[in-house]
Amino acid sequence: MEYLMGIKGKDFVMVCSDTSAAQQIITIKHDEDKIIPIDNHKLMATSGEPGDRVMFSEFIMANVRLYALRFGASLSTKAVANFTRSEMAKALRQKPYQTNLLIAGFDEGAGPSLYWMDYLATMHSMNIAGTGYGSYFVLSMFDKLWHRDLSQDEAFEMMKKGVVEVKARLVVAPSAFQVKVIDKDGTRLLGKL
Amino acid sequence: MSRRYDSRTTIFSPEGRLYQVEYAIEAISNAGAAVGILATDGVVLAAEKKIISKLLDTNAVGVRREKMYKLDDHIACAVAGITADANILINTARLAAQRHLLTYQEPIPVEQLVRALCDNKQGYTQFGGLRPFGVSLLYAGWEEGRGFQLYQSDPSGNYGSWKATAIGGNHQAATNILKQDYKDDITLQEAIKLIIKILSKTMDSTTLTPEKLELVTITHDSQKEQVRYHVLTEPEMKPLLDEINKQIQKEKDEES
Repeated sequence: MEYLMGIKGKDFVMVCSDTSAAQQIITIKHDEDKIIPIDNHKLMATSGEPGDRVMFSEFIMANVRLYALRFGASLSTKAVANFTRSEMAKALRQKPYQTNLLIAGFDEGAGPSLYWMDYLATMHSMNIAGTGYGSYFVLSMFDKLWHRDLSQDEAFEMMKKGVVEVKARLVVAPSAFQVKVIDKDGTRLLGKL
Repeated sequence: MSRRYDSRTTIFSPEGRLYQVEYAIEAISNAGAAVGILATDGVVLAAEKKIISKLLDTNAVGVRREKMYKLDDHIACAVAGITADANILINTARLAAQRHLLTYQEPIPVEQLVRALCDNKQGYTQFGGLRPFGVSLLYAGWEEGRGFQLYQSDPSGNYGSWKATAIGGNHQAATNILKQDYKDDITLQEAIKLIIKILSKTMDSTTLTPEKLELVTITHDSQKEQVRYHVLTEPEMKPLLDEINKQIQKEKDEES
């Protein structure tokens, strides 16, 4: 089952997702990238109905890029998150997308930010956030480990511990995971777990 | 028959000109003037009031301000031209500003609001059966990152960013004085004085009185993270006007 976790540190945000694509009881592949770049300094980690997930994230990405072209300035992470939320809320009463997501970004001035959002268009700005069955174990563990001055190495250790816990305890644990980080230098893949 | 007449408003003349648009711009040159100056610590807008009848109830909401409008918490504008047309544009602008706030939870960038309004104005110079808006606007605003800004737009839908500019009656004379007296490190207080001086020289009346003038400042309080829109009251304007009037009188005496 799908798993997303996010950690906001002092000057970065780290996001972990599983990389499995499943269809009913069959896993089709193990290297599906569910952490999508919106622009140089923003990421969106998505889970849910595969078609909806791709459609919605591409729709948001296209709109954010259109905005940047039109007005010669890119949106802040806060603005992107609120735009995404408003589009989700709009769709909810028409043709809802079954997509849960995390939005992570780094802005000059505002620093790192992490937003959690579900398919009902509920949104929160969080220090740690997660979705999926796996997050039920891991959130409580992260609650204990998280602190304000977290370094990237510490956060990566946390992500590793979280994945170990999911693999050990969750009946429907995914087999492969990836971790991406976003800071003032942009986004990069930290590793596969 | 009527269609041919109507559509003519937005058709090129054989010389390649759009007369209706030019007439609209011309009409504004006879309207009450408005001047804007971008200072280091704020923006100031001033406009000449044309209606100064004693009988006018200036406490009624609709007529309290003739030329100055707040478009959002961080943007204000001054208009020159047909006020009725301006009201429509201002309504559109306020709606656009609130839509942006609703969608992004962030105030609309000033240039974006100006652009949205100008797109609307341009439409009226291209589609048949319509008349262009007979207004020019000055926009003053503050935004995170870019700071204070001043824009001007005309009926054709053109807009520009300015350090100081004037629209309406005698705007040419006003811009000439601005070119002479504007300096890049001008403070808000200096800008207010300069703007009053300009209006006193370009307006028909010999002495300026507070009821003939509307003066607005946009400043930013970085501690409260708030943009302040302030309309200068009569007691605030009086000493400034007296000072300028005296100065001008002195200059005249020296000349004679």
